[in-house]
Amino acid sequence: MTGLPRAKTLGLVGCHACRLVCAPPAAHDDSRCPRCGTPLHQRQPHSLARAWALLLAGVIFYVPANLLPVMHTNMLGSGSDSTILEGVIEFWQSGSYGIALVIFIASVAVPCSKFLILGLLLLTAQRRSGWARHERTRLYRLVELVGYWSMLDVVVVGVVAGLVKFQALADIEPRLGILFFGAVVILTMLAAMQFDPRLIWDGETHERNS
Amino acid sequence: MKTFPHLIACEHCDTIYARPALAIGESARCDRCHSTLCRADRLDLDQWLALTVAAAIVAVIANVCPVVRISLQGLHNEATLWQATVALAQGAVALIAVPAMLAVIVVPFAQILLLFWVLAFARAGRRAPWFVANMRLLVALRPWSMIEVALLGILISVIKLSGFLHVAPGAGIWAMATLMVLLTVIARRDLDSLWAIPERGKPA
Repeated sequence: MTGLPRAKTLGLVGCHACRLVCAPPAAHDDSRCPRCGTPLHQRQPHSLARAWALLLAGVIFYVPANLLPVMHTNMLGSGSDSTILEGVIEFWQSGSYGIALVIFIASVAVPCSKFLILGLLLLTAQRRSGWARHERTRLYRLVELVGYWSMLDVVVVGVVAGLVKFQALADIEPRLGILFFGAVVILTMLAAMQFDPRLIWDGETHERNS
Repeated sequence: MKTFPHLIACEHCDTIYARPALAIGESARCDRCHSTLCRADRLDLDQWLALTVAAAIVAVIANVCPVVRISLQGLHNEATLWQATVALAQGAVALIAVPAMLAVIVVPFAQILLLFWVLAFARAGRRAPWFVANMRLLVALRPWSMIEVALLGILISVIKLSGFLHVAPGAGIWAMATLMVLLTVIARRDLDSLWAIPERGKPA
């Protein structure tokens, strides 16, 4: 695709919120969309630095999220803590392979691939790489699409803890791991929102001209 | 500032196009990055408003009725969505109850109410009070609405618990499943057409 004009080269900006195409006066970084009042940015300011910071915070929190127990089960006086992975293993051993797989995908596969994909997108955007632009855009859309499904574990712990309240007989309580896990989901969602996918395509026209 | 309502910029790669004229049900893709540029939804204003009202009713049922009931040796218990999120507010983890409550209860309700407000006025051909703020909020809330995640979470909890006690789905779970479909339809629709409603005192 050679001749397709891009907003930036034309001095135009598409509003983030209402998508109106505007022509902000040059060298004005604090202009707002005349229709909805959202600040207009050619590219999200400090996109890479902010996305990196949020992503790294997410990766760091992912460690206690997996090491600390997410819930405490008390059955007839004998209590036990369980982490996310122990929950998966328990389902697997009891023969519920499908459920084990769903939880594994939501709590391990999705967050980990999100770390890797966002890291890859940030690195390549930083180097203004021209490598596999279509595929990288597709990866970005994938991250936006599946990112929030990791919230699954938080809901499961909430429902189970909300239901099983039979004092001495059976009682389930949330534990600290789930707080870290929820933080990971929110931090990586924010990181994906901070990343400006338009950066993937910046430099394309320049490459063609040279 | 000069604006160009007849143009559209791809959100993913910044390519500029003349806004394509689409037949109902069609969507346009960006030639450069192949992302969806815009859609002409099947839903017209009346249908959109009707489904929003339906979603509001279903959302109330989903939140009032228990989603799961359990029994263990003669003891019974049931939990609503609200109770499930409040159960997270214990001790050191309490903070997680806030985003959980927002994502599962507050944001879906806010989406429905804001849409109802905007659409009810739009049907009368005018912009609702606080139209601009509403529209911006609707866009901002979209990624944080997680009814479908909550539904899957409840189903997994049912299976998890069925190993050692008797579990039965409550009426709330059916309402949530319906809400999931309705909310997807009404909240994912392109808001573009609503911006075409003229401001009062200004020509279209």
